[in-house]
Amino acid sequence: MTESRDNLHVMNRAALTKRLADRLTQREAVIGGIGNSNWDLWGAGQRPENFYMLGSMGLAAPIALGVAIAQPTRRVFALEGDGSLLMQLGCLSTIAAQAPKNLVLVIWDNGIYQITGGQGTPAAAARTDFVAIARASGIASSQWAADEAEFDALVQRALTTDGPHVIGVRTDQEPGRNQTDRDPIRFRESFMRAMADKVGTG
Amino acid sequence: MTSDTEPLTWHAIVRQALKDNDVRLVTYVPDNVLRPLIDGLHADPFFTCFPTAREEEAVGIVSGAAMAGMRGIVLMQTSGFATLPNALASLAVAFQIPVLLMVSERGTLGEFNPGQAIVCRTMRPILDSMGIEHHTMSRLDEAAFIADRTMRQAFATRWPACLILSPLLTGKRS
Repeated sequence: MTESRDNLHVMNRAALTKRLADRLTQREAVIGGIGNSNWDLWGAGQRPENFYMLGSMGLAAPIALGVAIAQPTRRVFALEGDGSLLMQLGCLSTIAAQAPKNLVLVIWDNGIYQITGGQGTPAAAARTDFVAIARASGIASSQWAADEAEFDALVQRALTTDGPHVIGVRTDQEPGRNQTDRDPIRFRESFMRAMADKVGTG
Repeated sequence: MTSDTEPLTWHAIVRQALKDNDVRLVTYVPDNVLRPLIDGLHADPFFTCFPTAREEEAVGIVSGAAMAGMRGIVLMQTSGFATLPNALASLAVAFQIPVLLMVSERGTLGEFNPGQAIVCRTMRPILDSMGIEHHTMSRLDEAAFIADRTMRQAFATRWPACLILSPLLTGKRS
């Protein structure tokens, strides 16, 4: 698998979100980070097992960790942007320490704060490697996806082997294609009802 | 409630209230006053108890767990609470998720650090501004009632709630 952020194929977040969603057949939970991560998750098709954040920037991975701890037999994905993760890097150590086998963090790295006008992040200016940070934080299964085929392979591995897994993806700067509704109570009720329908212990 | 042989301490009372309300997940950023409570929770297999890097992260974890059927609480110090308004307003309050908070109150009743004293004054106004019910536990004889009823109401009404541990309660050795 790919070790370095350099020379990665730059992919499209909306297309890859759809690619990921199409592989979810076991009522996996998906936590969409604020902004375009969320909007592309919405655009990929609404599932009751999706939770759409409307604020709390940086908390997609922690929310996913909580779901993963509460339901160890359900796989849980967090889709988080690079700027959001940069706000809450400490959560990578917490995830590594708890080591939930069922947790997957996908990092969409476009290097910008897209929703606020496309300003570059300090991490982009410094060529910060988020996957290297995840690995150094103690999450051994942390990999960049070199291209779409490798993304598929990493998702397949995340669905079939013990985690936690981190999948880094360099994405282009196309804005999200959709926007979510803004209805937090409905989102929470829908997500809770979906989570109450437990996934088997297999 | 606590057994006859166990000395009645504030932390034993809190631990029992958590059990009585099926609060199994405890996330915390540590504090010296909270130490006996944290030690007791770690030692009790009923609880999943671990530290986080930041209080916001802990609110996220407890929010996710609560929505997936596992009740939780965040333990912190006053200064840690002061980092939380955005996470509370836009997650726990906006989505109506019953996240329990317990704050060991620093900055009052003999504080030596001016910074802590000022931070402390922000806590109750922040809670009030979001409509988060809070109760200050200052007496051992009231502690069980306040802790249990606050937790019960948070889950019944699906709203975050905050228990504040006053030095009047925690500063005495029992």
